[in-house]
Amino acid sequence: MRLSEVGFFLFMIDCILTNNYIFSRFLGCCPFLGVSSKVETSIGMGLAVTFVMGLASLFTWTVYEFLLIPLKLEYLSTIAFIFIIAALVQFVEMFMKKSLPALYSALGIYLPLITTNCAVLGVALLNINSNYGLLESVLNGVFGALGFLLAIVMMAGVRERLETSDIPKPFRGFSISLVIAGMMAVAFLGFKGLVK
Amino acid sequence: MNLRMSTGPHLLDKDTTQSLMLDVLIALIPATALGVYFFGVSAALVLLVCIVTAVLSELIWQVLMKKPVRITDFSAVVTGLILGLNLPANAPLWMAALGSAIAILLVKQLFGGIGHNFLNPAIFARAVLLASWPVHMTSYVLPQRLLLGSAAPSGVDVVASATPLLSTSQWSTMDLFIGNIPGTIGEVSKAAILVGFAYLLLRGTITWHVPTFFVGTVALLTWVLGGNPLTAVLTGGVLFGAVFMATDYVTNPMLRVGQCIFGVMCGVIVVVIRMYGGYPEGVTFAILFMNCITPLIDRYSKRKVYGEVKQHA
Amino acid sequence: MPKKGNDLRGVFINGLLTENPTFRLVLGTCPTLAVTTSAINGLGMGLAATFVLIGSNAVISLLRNFIPNKVRIPAFVVVICTFVTMIQMLMQAFVPPLYDALGIFIPLIVVNCIILARAEAFASKNNVVRSAMDGVSMGLGFTLALILISSIRELLGNGTVFGINLLGASFEPMLLMVLAPGGFIVFGLLLGIINAIGEKRKAGKEDKEVAAA
Repeated sequence: MRLSEVGFFLFMIDCILTNNYIFSRFLGCCPFLGVSSKVETSIGMGLAVTFVMGLASLFTWTVYEFLLIPLKLEYLSTIAFIFIIAALVQFVEMFMKKSLPALYSALGIYLPLITTNCAVLGVALLNINSNYGLLESVLNGVFGALGFLLAIVMMAGVRERLETSDIPKPFRGFSISLVIAGMMAVAFLGFKGLVK
Repeated sequence: MNLRMSTGPHLLDKDTTQSLMLDVLIALIPATALGVYFFGVSAALVLLVCIVTAVLSELIWQVLMKKPVRITDFSAVVTGLILGLNLPANAPLWMAALGSAIAILLVKQLFGGIGHNFLNPAIFARAVLLASWPVHMTSYVLPQRLLLGSAAPSGVDVVASATPLLSTSQWSTMDLFIGNIPGTIGEVSKAAILVGFAYLLLRGTITWHVPTFFVGTVALLTWVLGGNPLTAVLTGGVLFGAVFMATDYVTNPMLRVGQCIFGVMCGVIVVVIRMYGGYPEGVTFAILFMNCITPLIDRYSKRKVYGEVKQHA
Repeated sequence: MPKKGNDLRGVFINGLLTENPTFRLVLGTCPTLAVTTSAINGLGMGLAATFVLIGSNAVISLLRNFIPNKVRIPAFVVVICTFVTMIQMLMQAFVPPLYDALGIFIPLIVVNCIILARAEAFASKNNVVRSAMDGVSMGLGFTLALILISSIRELLGNGTVFGINLLGASFEPMLLMVLAPGGFIVFGLLLGIINAIGEKRKAGKEDKEVAAA
């Protein structure tokens, strides 16, 4: 799917609903399952991921296009990307701490967790694999992350509601969360075919 | 001291639940009767299999898990019947039974039983069947009119894969209203659904907000996008879904504001899926999606309305 | 200190059962959900991760006394990345269909938490033989879990396991099982069932101990 073919709006719908990062692409499941017990924290995590995924798309694409391709080092892309992401997260953390203390106090604790979020490395690799241009890559990163935000907040809402439910003991925790995620994924099946 | 906690709405009182469920069953009688009238014995069989499987699944779970047996609250009967009414009359019986078991065991009991399911059990089961066996779920038989004797003999015409939604021109508005059209057992007769709706309103079992905003949005948005609002409402499962599935106490918002948002968003998703999506009908997925959002709607509408004090950890 | 043979056997069994990365530690959920649409994909992913685990565990164990503590995580990542790039190239050359089926989840082995977790928790503290054995056992534990989940999904969703038809022509496959929701639901239910079995066995053991005392 190319931005030039489907337009801005459908590109967004595709990233958020039709090919949701969690419910359809399975990227970022660890934080989705691990940081979704409270709505507030899930919003924080989702926003932090959005921030980093947008920037990571920008930087990884630029490095790949202007450094790795000219030097014929494409096979090093995975290792290059993971270091870009790690450095980026560190930098964002320092920058936020200094210049945006309010935002830092809200999102700071999630930032280190994001380095190992496979959605971030995943989006960088997907951008390259799909031959996306710079704008497409950044939009893919931001909208994909908004899809992640939607998913993790929905999950947290349901989990908060189920806190007092008498779920059979062996199924509590990861097990029931996965089942809930599966049920949500069924609801998201309805959005298949919206973007042709 | 042992405090019993439960999520609202507090449906755990057996007598209240039973009388509520009886009201829903009574409201479903017209749609059930007309469905069986139009589609004949096979429809009755599908409904029967759904109900029996639902009650048995509930009974077996409660016995195995050493919980109080609550099948006399009729909630499993309602779930089974609603699922059955959501299936085509020629649905394979094994599929109907599997759907019922999924609705009761996976959606309801695994989450702690009545009042704790975050999705409407019947609608989730329907979505699973639709995604798994799309051909069975979308090949509808033409109405046979069992009692008038005009029924086609054994070889019933099957409207293969084409959905009644796309070919409305061949049916008169009257046929659409009475239910003399292909479709699932319960959704075809809009007249019967409206009778049931009126009964539920009179009894105070449900309020008008969700169905009205749901159906109203579908009509309005279809009209805005250049479609015919009347046929949009009279075809497919909008009316049945809006009256009997979107109004489920447990899975729609508690406050009026939330219920209005719920109804409007259901309507929007239905029209979007119908017009642009890969599936022919969007009612199932719209209600499911909004069920998932319901806890968030509750959370934020509550805060707005009551100005709840922020808790400090 | 137990005897050497027993010790290695303990390490081996640990990853397969006691600390199975998928079902007990619940690590690496993304590939577990994404690639288990068919048993062959599950097997391929499991073996690729096993290769990386053995390699990275062994190398990190060898280097454990030379890597300064402060830069150990980036150093681990470089080692892991090297093995991931190796397996990626090998698969692209020798099993292109599998390489295409697994897609970006091969390079994503880098951020599979199982591998970094074993490097940090085991390989950086143990000798080469034990670390390699830990890689074997964790890798096989992961592989077996993937095969279990993918066999169930392939059987119900397609009527086959490893492409062999087991349920006959009259079986109508439950398509949902090979779609995204099937992955979440099968994994979730299996996890619950395995928890239940684990609790039952623990309760049984405790009963026995009480009876013995």
